[in-house]
Amino acid sequence: MFSEYSTAELMSIFAMQGFAGLILFSVFVLMALGLAIIFGQMGVINMAHGEFMILGAYVTYLISNLFSEYMPALFSMYFFLAMIVAFFVAGGLGAFVEWAMIRHLYKRPLDTLLATWGLSLILQQFYRTVFGAREVGVSLPDWLMGSIPLTDVIDIPINGLFVMALTLVISVSVYLLMFKSNWGVQVRAVVQNRPMAGAVGINTEKSDRVTFALGCGIAGVAGSAFTMIGSTGPTAGQLYIVDTFLVVVFGGAQSLLGTIASAFTISQAQSSMEFFLSGSMAKVLTLLVVVGILMLRPQGLFALKIRH
Amino acid sequence: MSTHYLSKNRVARMLRRNFSAALGVGAVALLLATNPSVAAVNTTGLAVTDTEVTVGILHSVTGTMSISETGSVQAEKLAIEQINATGGVLGRKIKFIQEDGASDWPTFAEKSKKLLVKDRVAAVFGCWTSASRKAVLPVFEQYNGMLYYPTFYEGLEQSPNVIYTGQEATQQIIAGIDWVVKEKGAKKFFLLGSDYIWPRTSNKIARKHIEKIGLKVVGEEYYPLGHTQFNSVINKMKLKKPDVIYAIVVGGSNVAFYKQLKAAGIDMTKEKPALLTISVTEDEIRGIGGENIEGAYAAMKYFQSLDNPNNKAFVKAFKEMWGEDIVIGDVTQAAYLGPWLWKAAVEKAGSFDIDKIRAASPGIELTTAPEGYVKIHPNHHLWSKTRVGLAQPDGQYKVVYETDELMEPDPFPKGYQ
Repeated sequence: MFSEYSTAELMSIFAMQGFAGLILFSVFVLMALGLAIIFGQMGVINMAHGEFMILGAYVTYLISNLFSEYMPALFSMYFFLAMIVAFFVAGGLGAFVEWAMIRHLYKRPLDTLLATWGLSLILQQFYRTVFGAREVGVSLPDWLMGSIPLTDVIDIPINGLFVMALTLVISVSVYLLMFKSNWGVQVRAVVQNRPMAGAVGINTEKSDRVTFALGCGIAGVAGSAFTMIGSTGPTAGQLYIVDTFLVVVFGGAQSLLGTIASAFTISQAQSSMEFFLSGSMAKVLTLLVVVGILMLRPQGLFALKIRH
Repeated sequence: MSTHYLSKNRVARMLRRNFSAALGVGAVALLLATNPSVAAVNTTGLAVTDTEVTVGILHSVTGTMSISETGSVQAEKLAIEQINATGGVLGRKIKFIQEDGASDWPTFAEKSKKLLVKDRVAAVFGCWTSASRKAVLPVFEQYNGMLYYPTFYEGLEQSPNVIYTGQEATQQIIAGIDWVVKEKGAKKFFLLGSDYIWPRTSNKIARKHIEKIGLKVVGEEYYPLGHTQFNSVINKMKLKKPDVIYAIVVGGSNVAFYKQLKAAGIDMTKEKPALLTISVTEDEIRGIGGENIEGAYAAMKYFQSLDNPNNKAFVKAFKEMWGEDIVIGDVTQAAYLGPWLWKAAVEKAGSFDIDKIRAASPGIELTTAPEGYVKIHPNHHLWSKTRVGLAQPDGQYKVVYETDELMEPDPFPKGYQ
């Protein structure tokens, strides 16, 4: 399969595919980070994660319409505002859902699966009622849609670079929040031993709510970013949920580092296979490898060492 | 809307209506008396009374396919309303029962059985995906129902119980490829599709045709439904340098594909590579964004921008009923033909009887179709023109070519299977 290309071509193939893999990696991290916080840290199986992403996408759609209608001069910058609003809207809904539903289910983690699945159906129908069944088009500022030509065949898409930068910013912020802030210490304490954390005076209820809201907020930002590369329709969130769980479970649910490592492994494997095999075949092989590794290592790539 | 073939005695009917206004109940009795009796027009026990005939509408209004099927439902309701406004079918108003297939093929089969067995509907307008059609087919054949199916599809099928109002694959593909070869001097093709029966069969026909005329396919790729990462295949396209990217990606994946294509620096408004699609209608462009697909070509039988009086009246009526912002794609128009073709067949047969409608159907013409003129072939598909449209930034297609003649439907093409 290599013989039909010259050495120079193979070099550019690997460069291009490596870069495509990096974009895919960023997409995976954006999708999975919010879920990793909720699932990994709180043990809540959030089947509505995709719908929180799409909420971010719809917020972006509304704001883009608002800007093109009333402030066309500032249109090129609307995207940043959209991401911030998406974070707070999705996070706000997350906090509400935690209060109304999730907090009653902490002792029954499997039931969160059913409850959030119901929530995802409700949200889908809500989007369908409000925005219609068809996909909506989010127009993007021109500067986001261009590409930087490096050589004859290699172009670097600017939205890819943008997603990568965004992923970096969010990952670093989450790392700082979880491991360098007082709040992060509390969250991790609550996760490891809830009664004990409560006993030393940590407000476990508040910690849960903020954690859940944060996870949903990150999903909202991801959804906002995905309007650059994907579709925005009532059921589009469903497309992401399988890949997202795949990344989180493969990485080891409780480890944020594991999520990032697993996103990197899966994306690079998929990207390099996609070039030499067909697209569907690459996906099948990726799944097979993941399933194989999970059979050998059920706790995922990186597991937190805790006493049970 | 002009209805010249639809009702020769329209004037007579209008007179009758005025009568009834003037004379009240007595005239209603007169009206009933002038309708042929139920026994005369209906020998198969369908839901037909002296004043009403019941039909079924069967599409997904929930689930993933609702995005596409909403337009079909709207078109069928519009056609039914217009038919009722001009006096109905054989003097009877059409009443419809709408069922939701919920994007789930077994549900489609269930609901079609309910419509045929319990509701005894005289015809069903519905289905969109090939999978849903294949699921209902045995039901329609067993209970002898009549289905008007609106989607362009892969062909290789012909049922006495289905009238196919969209194009079958060869009508769409061959004219499109011939055009791009002639206009763009294309020699190398890259085929891309979503991974299921329609894109795979269509690409098979395309490949056969491309190779038959002595040109080359330099790549053929399929991605799962709903796939949103096309960077790898776009890289491959850049290396293989095709003259034409022939894309049959469906649904939400289209949005991802065209946005990434643009972001990767492939400019479709330039001479090469040209992009030819048979799966992106005006409906999909709403999600993709006109600026992202500007310069692509689509080969299909209908575009909203078609410039003829029938289409102008159709677009106007559609927008009046469903809102100014609406866009109308190929399948929506094909769905609109269903009730009109059925009405024509019923009136030609003088009966709602399924077997008589079937016998009457071949040769039925519709001069009022928004796409122009269509005619039912004995193989139950339509003769139709194929057109090539150039995507504009405003989300509409500009028609740049249409076949001189109506293309004969050929669902079982020799040498293409």
